[in-house]
Amino acid sequence: MSDVLSIVLKRLGLGVITLFVISVLIFGAVEMLPGDIAEAVLGMGATEENVAAMREQLGLNQPAPVRYFDWLSGAVVGDFGVSLVTQTPVGEVIGPRFANTLFLATYAAAIAVPVAIFLGVVVALLRNTLFDRVANVLALTSISSPEFFLGYILILYLSVKTGMFPAIAKISGDMTFLELLQRTFLPALTMVLVVVAHMMRMTRAAIINLLSSPYIEMARLKGMPAWRVIIKHALPNAWAPIINVVALNLAYLITGVVLVEVVFVYPGIGQLLVDSVTKRDFTVVQACCLIFAATFILLNLAADVLAILTNPRLRYKK
Amino acid sequence: MAEKEKDVLLQIKDLHIEGYSDEKWIEIVHGVDLTLHKGEVMGLIGESGAGKSTIGLAAMGFARDGCRISEGSVEFDGMELTTTSEADRRALRGSRIAYVAQSAAASFNPAHRLIDQHTEAPVYHRMMKRVESQEDATQLYERLRLPNPDEIGFRYPHQVSGGQLQRAMTAMAMSCRPDLIIFDEPTTALDVTTQIEVLLAIRDIVEQFNTAAIYITHDLAVVAQMADTIKVLLKGNEVEEADTRTMLENPKDDYTKSLWAVRSFKRDQKERPGGDAVPVVSVKNIDAAYGPVKVLEDVSFDIYSGMTVAVVGESGSGKSTTARCITGLLPPTAGSIEFKGETLPPSYKQRSKDQLRQAQMIYQMADTALNPKVRICDIIGRPAEFYGGLKGGELKGRIDELLDMIELDPAKFYYRYPPELSGGQKQRVGIARALAAEPTFIICDEVTSALDQLVAEGILKLLDRLQKELNLAYMFITHDLATVRSIADEVVVMKEGKVVEQGPKDQMFTPPHHPYTDLLLSSVPEMDPDWLTQLVEDRGADQLGEAADRD
Repeated sequence: MSDVLSIVLKRLGLGVITLFVISVLIFGAVEMLPGDIAEAVLGMGATEENVAAMREQLGLNQPAPVRYFDWLSGAVVGDFGVSLVTQTPVGEVIGPRFANTLFLATYAAAIAVPVAIFLGVVVALLRNTLFDRVANVLALTSISSPEFFLGYILILYLSVKTGMFPAIAKISGDMTFLELLQRTFLPALTMVLVVVAHMMRMTRAAIINLLSSPYIEMARLKGMPAWRVIIKHALPNAWAPIINVVALNLAYLITGVVLVEVVFVYPGIGQLLVDSVTKRDFTVVQACCLIFAATFILLNLAADVLAILTNPRLRYKK
Repeated sequence: MAEKEKDVLLQIKDLHIEGYSDEKWIEIVHGVDLTLHKGEVMGLIGESGAGKSTIGLAAMGFARDGCRISEGSVEFDGMELTTTSEADRRALRGSRIAYVAQSAAASFNPAHRLIDQHTEAPVYHRMMKRVESQEDATQLYERLRLPNPDEIGFRYPHQVSGGQLQRAMTAMAMSCRPDLIIFDEPTTALDVTTQIEVLLAIRDIVEQFNTAAIYITHDLAVVAQMADTIKVLLKGNEVEEADTRTMLENPKDDYTKSLWAVRSFKRDQKERPGGDAVPVVSVKNIDAAYGPVKVLEDVSFDIYSGMTVAVVGESGSGKSTTARCITGLLPPTAGSIEFKGETLPPSYKQRSKDQLRQAQMIYQMADTALNPKVRICDIIGRPAEFYGGLKGGELKGRIDELLDMIELDPAKFYYRYPPELSGGQKQRVGIARALAAEPTFIICDEVTSALDQLVAEGILKLLDRLQKELNLAYMFITHDLATVRSIADEVVVMKEGKVVEQGPKDQMFTPPHHPYTDLLLSSVPEMDPDWLTQLVEDRGADQLGEAADRD
């Protein structure tokens, strides 16, 4: 097990380096955005003196490397500075929004991952049958439709026509958990539809890929029925690729939800990011991007570790 | 006669099996009959493509994906397997008919412990409770002389050696005390010393439980030890069937006779050139390691031009590692490699193009050593172009010449792709690719071990002819002593990374030997049905166990 630990530490180290590189890229990209906060806040009629004063007040007149290291040394200890627009600490701006996004992502994942793996196993079992083909066509349809389109379709049928779920996922702190689940059901379902197909198809492919292995033939020659061959003999060897795809999709649930949040007016981090870009609120933009990058790195690390834990050849040495 | 009829366990009549390829069904087994009595062991032998495994699986009412039983009947203990339901067939598999596969390492599921796989069939078929089956497994492991029978079942397959896994798989097949076991080349992937242990274990346990068996192999000497009767197959047809002794002493069919005669190729041993002749390759006291693990220690030998040095030993003895050191793929940690008296840089990266050209390799698996998406002319042409700088018509002429050398018609093979070739033809292309660089030295790494005996013999003859014509030096890595006997001039015996013994071939095959050489030599099965029994008496069973459990 100490091997696993050393791998985790090594990956964490690499993750920190990756984050550092990404922080440079983010800062550079934000620097290149046209226009600046001073002009955006003061509007078209601002005089040059006003703009210059504003820039000085916000520290924008210092050279980029100085501002970068100021920002980085703060970020390392969790201080992302203050929002250039509202002058509140970035942590306070992002915190509740990120919690909302995490809630929605968890909600969607809790439905999507079990459904996708279950369906993947079923279509692998019933491969090349009508069920398999129909499931594949539906999965491809949902994966290739844009999220906002899926969202509006769901609103049309589950909200406007039947009134089962609210079309707008506005939430507040005093709602009960059940109310929350009901309020956010449509955005969660939209995201489920977007990610299920990918994971299901990977599960199917990973299992079918193993079906020509000698040990699968051995299981069949021991008289085991098809479902048992797949669940007991193929699936345990297929976890590594499945876990990796699940991790990628979980990351997508957190970082790729902008459109869904806009459609359902859900107060998540995606909307915040879009708003902040239009307002040139650089500190918030940078913090959001860094959080997204960290999410990707951590989820991939978790996927690697889980993949190792599912493989006895890596868990137990000779 | 009536008594005999009652004892019939398996009756296959006029069995036809088809395989699906190129979008049509092609018959691969053309009407084979087979009768097996209770407790009888029948050997099925033939080259690859003879349909041995397909028939063996059909005895379980099973056809691989892309195959189907198209005609005929398979009757097991009064039940017609071709027409009964899949559920009935499944109920038989594992419980009354069991299967032992060629590669135990690939046929045990890497995700589960041995014991979980062992108990699966008895528990699923409701023949034993899990605890009972687990205790029974321990007893079977003990009978099969596996080390630590109480504990070994709780390991994962990757923690157990190949020979032990093969015995554990035999134990697994025995778990439900079946009436019939299909052994599909169970020792082909093992070293000779390990093979003996597995053969003995199988023979003993089959006798103890009076289990009938179909023993599939391409190795005649092995089948002679195991089977009561032998059936010879060729391209999906039966050639002949007789009891083992009759078959060995008096084969009737010409094809059977040719199989029996196959180990006859032998060429005269060449002597080292006298005087101050310099060896082509001289390995001088090399050590090598993979990371912290030392795998070679003080290995030295010389190879003179026009001569063949066979390097023999079990798997893990360092044969291939030595080859990697010579080619520079694995720089040795001590010692040096000299080429025609001149010391080579340790790593291939520092060697000159000409130094690289002079030493070429031919690999064991021609299947994986040739890029399936590249035409034969490009596979052979690439080294001729790279080293020889040939282009256009000159290059084409050279490729034609090389194809002629390996006895493949350029008009037919020039534009083909590797998957369209047979195993032997692919290996010939591998040889031509090595020759294209105009080397003086070729390393042949188990080049015949994946081939049928008749085909292998063709390759050996070809290599011998090329050696005479081009005055090549060969380093011949093999674990097959019959091959050594036929082609080598000198022999180097390796064990655990060290050279145990070396010398001219005739001397190596004449006693007295180093004890390890002796063990290797005496472990090669002979075509005498009493050989295994005799060997056990000579050596004593205990010592056999040790020889196999070391791996």
